[in-house]
Amino acid sequence: MTRIGAVTGGPHAAILGLGAYRPSRIVPNADVIEAINSSDEWIQQRSGIKQRRWATPEETVQMMSVAASRQALERAGLEAAQVDCVLVATVSHLLQTPAVATAIAHELGTDQAAAFDISAACAGFCHGVALAADMVRAGSARHVLVIGVERLTDITDLADRGTAFIFADGAGAMVVGPSDEPGIGPVVWGSDGEQFDLIRQREDWRDVVGTEDSPGSGVMPHLVMQGNPVFRWASFQMAKVAQQALDRAGVSIDDLDLFVPHQANMRIIDAMARSMKLPPHVRIARDIAEQGNTSAASIPLALDRMYAEGDARSGDTALLVAFGAGLAYAAQVVTVP
Amino acid sequence: MATTEEIRADLAEIVNEVAGVDADDVEMDKSFVDDLDVDSLSMVEVVVAAEEKFGVTIPDDEVKNLKTVGDAVAYIERAQG
Repeated sequence: MTRIGAVTGGPHAAILGLGAYRPSRIVPNADVIEAINSSDEWIQQRSGIKQRRWATPEETVQMMSVAASRQALERAGLEAAQVDCVLVATVSHLLQTPAVATAIAHELGTDQAAAFDISAACAGFCHGVALAADMVRAGSARHVLVIGVERLTDITDLADRGTAFIFADGAGAMVVGPSDEPGIGPVVWGSDGEQFDLIRQREDWRDVVGTEDSPGSGVMPHLVMQGNPVFRWASFQMAKVAQQALDRAGVSIDDLDLFVPHQANMRIIDAMARSMKLPPHVRIARDIAEQGNTSAASIPLALDRMYAEGDARSGDTALLVAFGAGLAYAAQVVTVP
Repeated sequence: MATTEEIRADLAEIVNEVAGVDADDVEMDKSFVDDLDVDSLSMVEVVVAAEEKFGVTIPDDEVKNLKTVGDAVAYIERAQG
């Protein structure tokens, strides 16, 4: 039998740089309440959201991704040509193939980096960080660009009381590369397909198009969500997953600096913090109040705000936990670059 | 076996922790939504905490039937058998 050669990477991986892109349109609650017959007070009480960012037509998935990535590369002190792989977590790139990652890798100026998209909904970014860390350690890439990007407004029914005020747009990116010390802890991840229907695209594209005998709806298959069961699952099951990520990394909750959960709903963030008994010194990401829920983009965007406002410093220990449609989830402890 | 009053008192403590309602106000005839201002999301939190505290299961479909504190106490008593 012919022996196949093997490679190994560096012993450890870490986040080397963080970037973000927030769309230019700031949309206060006042601008969404009419279509859903609601009020500013109800939205804030129900979700903690005061305003959200919505993309303009020019702020495409690719455009926002490239902007966030350039910032992440600059902060990491790297050139695009040093990136070996581009991973894009998204559910709102509406051209099904090819993956938007290939166009982003090209526009950034990588040297034909490997590039593909990840479909893990709101949990996508933490899946990407886990894959990137493993690639760097295994030697299949030296520097991996992980992007979370969404234009959820394209797939949101603005008349749906359950989702219209929640979903938003934006992009975040991180560069993962080799390091002397472990900067990305073991991932705790999984899925619960029994709850496949709780958050989903309303219908299959074939049902939108239909057939000659049975015409389709012809309407964009928007996201639909069952709020209360999702709240229950996210607030309690995900608090347990977050604790497991701490345990697997050997980090005590007392040594944690930052808690950066997926920015789904402020009520979920508060319930998780209570359920986990987070000590008061742990600073909690609350980007959702100004940004809305940006699915795969929410964690890097939230960390970026903490960075900008002085709540996160280089070297801080942060717990990331992401969860969403699938239901899919992933969590890990990381060192802030 | 816990008495009805013990269950009510423990439930009152949970409602206080989750929604900041004064535990003394959590009386049997009070409506969670109308009297205590506990909305549906807070109610989910109350139910999960009650499940842990009392060792019972309260399915999502059942939660909407628990309109008053008395409804919840009675459900917990029955579920505890």
